[in-house]
Amino acid sequence: MDPECSRLLPALCAVLVDPRQPVADDTCLEKLLDWFKTVTEAGPSLLLLQENPCLVELLFRVLKAHDPRPRVLSFSLRLAGLFAAQEDCFQYLQGELLPMLFGESGPLGGAAWTAPTVRSGWLQGLRSLAQHPGALRFLADCGAVDTIFSLQGDSSLFVASAAGQLLVHILALAMRGPAEGHPSPQGCDWPACAQKIVCHVEDSLRSTATLQVTQALNVLTTTFGHCHSPWTQGLWVRLSPLVACLLEKDPIPASHSLVDLLLSVARSPVGSSDCGLWETLAQTLSHLSPTQAGPLALGILKLQDCPQALKTQAFGVLLQPLACVLKAAAQAPGPPGFPEGATGDSITVDTFLSSKSACVGLLCQALAHLELLQLLPQRPSPWPQAPLLRAAVAILRFCHGSAAPTSDVGGHLCAVLAGCVRVQRAALDFLGTLSQGTGPQELVTQVFAVLLEYLTSPDSSPMVLKKAFQATLRWLLGSPKAPSCCDLDPHTQLFLGELLPVLRKRLCSPCWEARDSGLEFLTQVTRHWGGQAAFRHALLASEVPELTGQLLRDPESYVRASAVTATGQLSSWGLYATPTGPEHPEVQQESLFTELLHILSTDSEGFPRRAVMHVFTQWLKDGHADVAEDLEQFVARVLQAASQDLDWEVRAQGLELALVFLEQLLGQPGSRCPYAVALPEAAPPATLAQVLQALCRVQLFEFALRALFDCDRPVAQKSCDLLLFLKAKATPCGGPQEAGASPDVVSVEAALQRWQAGEQGQPLGELEPEAVMAVLRSMDLEGLRGMLAKSSDHMEKSPQSLLQDMLATVGVLGENEADCY
Amino acid sequence: MKLYCLSGHPTLPCNVLKFKSTTIMLDCGLDMTSTLNFLPLPLVQNPRLSNLPGWSLKDGNAFLDKELKECSGHVFVDSVPEFCLPETELIDLSTVDVILISNYHCMMALPYITEHTGFTGTVYATEPTVQIGRLLMEELVNFIERVPKAQSASLWKNKDTQRLLPSPLKDAVEVSTWRRCYTMQEVNSALSKIQLVGYSQKIELFGAVQVTPLSSGYALGSSNWIIQSHYEKVSYVSGSSLLTTHPQPMDQASLKNSDVLILTGLTQIPTANPDGMVGEFCSNLALTVRNGGNVLVPCYPSGVIYDLLECLYQYIDSAGLSSIPFYFISPVANSSLEFSQIFAEWLCHNKQTKVYLPEPPFPHAELIQTNKLKHYPSIHGDFSNDFRQPCVVFTGHPSLRFGDVVHFMELWGKSSLNTVIFTEPDFSYLEALAPYQPLAMKCIYCPIDTRLNFIQVSKLLKEVQPLHVVCPEQYTQPPPAQSHRVDLMIDCQPPAMSYRRAEVLALPFRRRYEKIEIMPELADSLVPMEIKPGISLATVSAVLHTKDNKHVLQPPPRPAQPTGGKKRKRPSDDIPDCKVLKPLLSGSIPVEQFVQTLEKHGFSDIKVEDTAKGHIVLLQEAETLIQIEEDSTHIICDNDEVLRVRLRDLVLKFLQKF
Repeated sequence: MDPECSRLLPALCAVLVDPRQPVADDTCLEKLLDWFKTVTEAGPSLLLLQENPCLVELLFRVLKAHDPRPRVLSFSLRLAGLFAAQEDCFQYLQGELLPMLFGESGPLGGAAWTAPTVRSGWLQGLRSLAQHPGALRFLADCGAVDTIFSLQGDSSLFVASAAGQLLVHILALAMRGPAEGHPSPQGCDWPACAQKIVCHVEDSLRSTATLQVTQALNVLTTTFGHCHSPWTQGLWVRLSPLVACLLEKDPIPASHSLVDLLLSVARSPVGSSDCGLWETLAQTLSHLSPTQAGPLALGILKLQDCPQALKTQAFGVLLQPLACVLKAAAQAPGPPGFPEGATGDSITVDTFLSSKSACVGLLCQALAHLELLQLLPQRPSPWPQAPLLRAAVAILRFCHGSAAPTSDVGGHLCAVLAGCVRVQRAALDFLGTLSQGTGPQELVTQVFAVLLEYLTSPDSSPMVLKKAFQATLRWLLGSPKAPSCCDLDPHTQLFLGELLPVLRKRLCSPCWEARDSGLEFLTQVTRHWGGQAAFRHALLASEVPELTGQLLRDPESYVRASAVTATGQLSSWGLYATPTGPEHPEVQQESLFTELLHILSTDSEGFPRRAVMHVFTQWLKDGHADVAEDLEQFVARVLQAASQDLDWEVRAQGLELALVFLEQLLGQPGSRCPYAVALPEAAPPATLAQVLQALCRVQLFEFALRALFDCDRPVAQKSCDLLLFLKAKATPCGGPQEAGASPDVVSVEAALQRWQAGEQGQPLGELEPEAVMAVLRSMDLEGLRGMLAKSSDHMEKSPQSLLQDMLATVGVLGENEADCY
Repeated sequence: MKLYCLSGHPTLPCNVLKFKSTTIMLDCGLDMTSTLNFLPLPLVQNPRLSNLPGWSLKDGNAFLDKELKECSGHVFVDSVPEFCLPETELIDLSTVDVILISNYHCMMALPYITEHTGFTGTVYATEPTVQIGRLLMEELVNFIERVPKAQSASLWKNKDTQRLLPSPLKDAVEVSTWRRCYTMQEVNSALSKIQLVGYSQKIELFGAVQVTPLSSGYALGSSNWIIQSHYEKVSYVSGSSLLTTHPQPMDQASLKNSDVLILTGLTQIPTANPDGMVGEFCSNLALTVRNGGNVLVPCYPSGVIYDLLECLYQYIDSAGLSSIPFYFISPVANSSLEFSQIFAEWLCHNKQTKVYLPEPPFPHAELIQTNKLKHYPSIHGDFSNDFRQPCVVFTGHPSLRFGDVVHFMELWGKSSLNTVIFTEPDFSYLEALAPYQPLAMKCIYCPIDTRLNFIQVSKLLKEVQPLHVVCPEQYTQPPPAQSHRVDLMIDCQPPAMSYRRAEVLALPFRRRYEKIEIMPELADSLVPMEIKPGISLATVSAVLHTKDNKHVLQPPPRPAQPTGGKKRKRPSDDIPDCKVLKPLLSGSIPVEQFVQTLEKHGFSDIKVEDTAKGHIVLLQEAETLIQIEEDSTHIICDNDEVLRVRLRDLVLKFLQKF
């Protein structure tokens, strides 16, 4: 500990125990504890206590206080725990202090114990303390373990959870050392403390109260999750019969926790060596209700090595709800469905019929699980792509009311699912994921048909519509190309013909979310297909590009932002047509660049302006025709607009654009982007002098230097990087320009100093390239970068600062008392 | 309690409820779908319609060719359109005491009932209902009267002839009762019989029942009705909405604890969500206008049009349509727009608060002010000078058989740039369009029906928990076109009772109590005796006086003093005989104690047998049997009156008398 902190510590301790002083807030105490933790980890705690006797005194005085404040008491308990983690320090404190803090004579019986923060502090203190055999004896002597048992059922969830974790920690500590190895399941050679905990767990597992069973299962789940020593195997051998007994009860108590435990054991080393476990898992799968079995089945399928039969059974459980739907939707015996074991058993049907919420819950869960599974490398193989597709389509039809089932279950599903947004969302997500696989053409046609139904339906809620657009995009992009050429296949072209009128209508929707999702879809699909002749043809024939331009003036800022991105993308592919609405037909249409620039300089919301900057940057990278026409003019106007923007993201994006411009003029920094876009042919490599002239003309320097002193750190950082890049590029070929005290440099430096001081109003005026280079050379940009890289609170993070702050708070308050200010 | 069902149309109901001694007509809806069988009435000479070929029977017989014309494979009656009235034969309508109107759409048959059936009662309705109902009737009369048509067709109505006609004429019901539209004079006379009421106002009907209108949330001034006596409550729910549109929200709480809930006027398009439909309406409107086409919206002059104009007010700027003119053409357009702004107390909370700012509650005022919305009584006159295309026209009638809409259909029907958007759910749009075929203009069907859907009904019924639900038969099964949608029907326990046109329902509900008042002086004279904790009894001797369905117990008159002179006796002087009544007994006989008492009084050889209803005490020696049951005690002994009296007195010792 540095001397300055040592000096401040006694005062702080005095403040903490003084009941008249307001206690610093919890965050300060937490920071203080964090600091003590680093200090104790770095050196001997005993020395620390000896050098700073005020700490021990603090603990004593808190204990002796008549009515200790819960926060300070909790802090003291945790602090003592941190110190006692080291054995010598533990010995030092053990005599008097530790029993007083953690024993029955301490806060345990007092009034302060009613505060959850004190109970939590007590547990955390013990958690820190329990690191060595001495601690185990201490815990046994002061009867702490029994208290921990009772805290497992605490009304505060944090306390209850901490108690469970502490038990696991103590158990692991007890089993370390002499007992390590393979203790017998009977427990005769287990250390007393471990024996006590395990017996408690056994009793709890036998209990009829679900809460106790849950506590025991949670303790075991944590144990098998964290401890991978061989003794855990013995523990499982000892406890697994009790766990198996739970399965015989009806209903199975604490089924969630049971599933967690079984999966935790299966993932631990115990799992790989215990055949009985697989049987238990299989048994559990068949005993649990379909809703409860879902998470277990997913967990089993995620396991690396487990018997194929179990995997098949688990997959069957996940597929069952969908099998049920398929069966209910079937008009006539159809093509083969899911594999054996997933044929919609009666329990699943019962769940479907029991209530709307049960039916919806089960379906959503099954869809979410299968969606997760589909993305995993260890997903079951063969993957039943076709039946899954059929099921997803059937669910979506039920939800839409367009299914016409003949069975009773089908009729019920129809009534329950009609218009159910939750299932619609889950099913559309799932359908989107399925686009990674293929399917028979007839099924793919059905998929597109149902997607079109959702996109067309006026009843689709905005969220459902968004999901439908996303799923459609995934299916479109996944659709095969025509074999003969690189254009879209005929089915996709046909679908596009139906889709574009729908998109057109959605872009006219009075609901802004619908317009927004429509634009996002258009942007994405254009990004991928802008070069496809069939797409270009269909899009240009539709009214969509004009409508998109119209939406640049939408009243909703999100829509304007999406419209900016979409028009930018369309324009990049030469697909943008200026809107020719009935409004103002007389007004001469301006170029898109002018229109976007107008948005950049006048829009009141940040999103559209940010979107414009992204589009411009992209255009510059791509060598867009509007940009290439007069590159300097383009960059100059954009930078000018961006420099005055109040939104830091717009200014930062402006620097991004400036960097792209620089790179194009000077070449890539180093060789990190060998595949970058080449310069337009029209601009042959220019000399450095010409480049600098160009930069001066577009006022890039002024923009960058102003940004260097930006009040938002990311902007300043970006600017610093940009100038460093420029400096590196320019210096090697510095040539004749030498730093000199020409009048220009003086005025520039003076202006910069004023900017740094916060007076940003004054412009730099005309700059000479030589002066700029001279200024750059004279500035310590590397130093500046280092400073900017530190977080803004690096000064305030130091322990001295923390201690000073805490004292200052008290001090200031003290003055206030006198001053009545 | 009986319900006479005079209309088969679930949203245009007309039922008569006989409850206690009153006869109450619930709504007076006019089924106008009959007009779809007629040719449209064009405002200007229309060669296409006047040159349609006459229809002849398969055998070539052409006696109907003056009355029936053929157009694109459909046959239409070439005559003044006629309406299908509610049943007038099922019950003598002159006996109807009152008519309760729930909203302005459900009163269109009123003149037929009040003017032609001998009706002498009162009609109750809220002020907006009456005013807007008057506008609807005025518009209807105007539409039909301004295109006089000499021809009236009747030959086709002959039953034998009708059978030979093609569908749908063949299947039209009760064609002989179809009537031409009423006159303005009849409208005025009918409306003069209306008494205005306010929400939650209690109206006494002959002292027998009380009726109360409640807000139903569907339209300006629309109401549901509570019809209740002291011990019975019937709720009549007709055309209600839980959506947040312009009217005051629906009052659900007052419907609780009903014995019978009559449920009519649910949404006609249960699968269409009004929000989605408004979205469709706006998008299609924008797309058409953007391409230089015109939009025609056939609509009523009040109701959904207010909400549509409000949506458009918010939408047109975002869609870049602010320069497009909106025309509202109806003989009552001006009154409708103005009326909507003055009924502040009948509007939803948001709109009410606007009035205090002060601002007009509906934004269409601003649309009019900025000249974006213009209204005209008809296409003649100013409109033809101002008319600019592309434009959006709101006009009636939604059946497309009369009104200015006929003109626009003829004018715009040939161009595929134009669109007709149907928003009113009352008429099948395909049938409405039939006489205009072939049609090039686009047709969009966005029915906006804000009335309750089946999910909302099921929640409502769970909430208000009526003992019995009565509804039109259409609501008790899924729609014929979607027979698998079991969610599109009323699902309640016990199952709803259904009715159809011309059916009389005995409501499953028996009256058990009647309230009787006791005069204070009579009450004073009563001496209650507590027979159980909390229950006291007293005998009352009084005269029951019944007048105006109120029952009062009055003190019995004192016995008349014998007076001299004439002893003429008038019937009203009849004094009921006031016999001295035997005291009433109460209590129960504890068998064991009774047996002990018998023994004490010298009876021996007593045997007690338990029976299903009580006990039998056998006095074997005396050959006597005492049968003690919950509500009777019999002493059966063989002609020994002394013994019987002795035993009776012993029994009476255990009972209380008063």
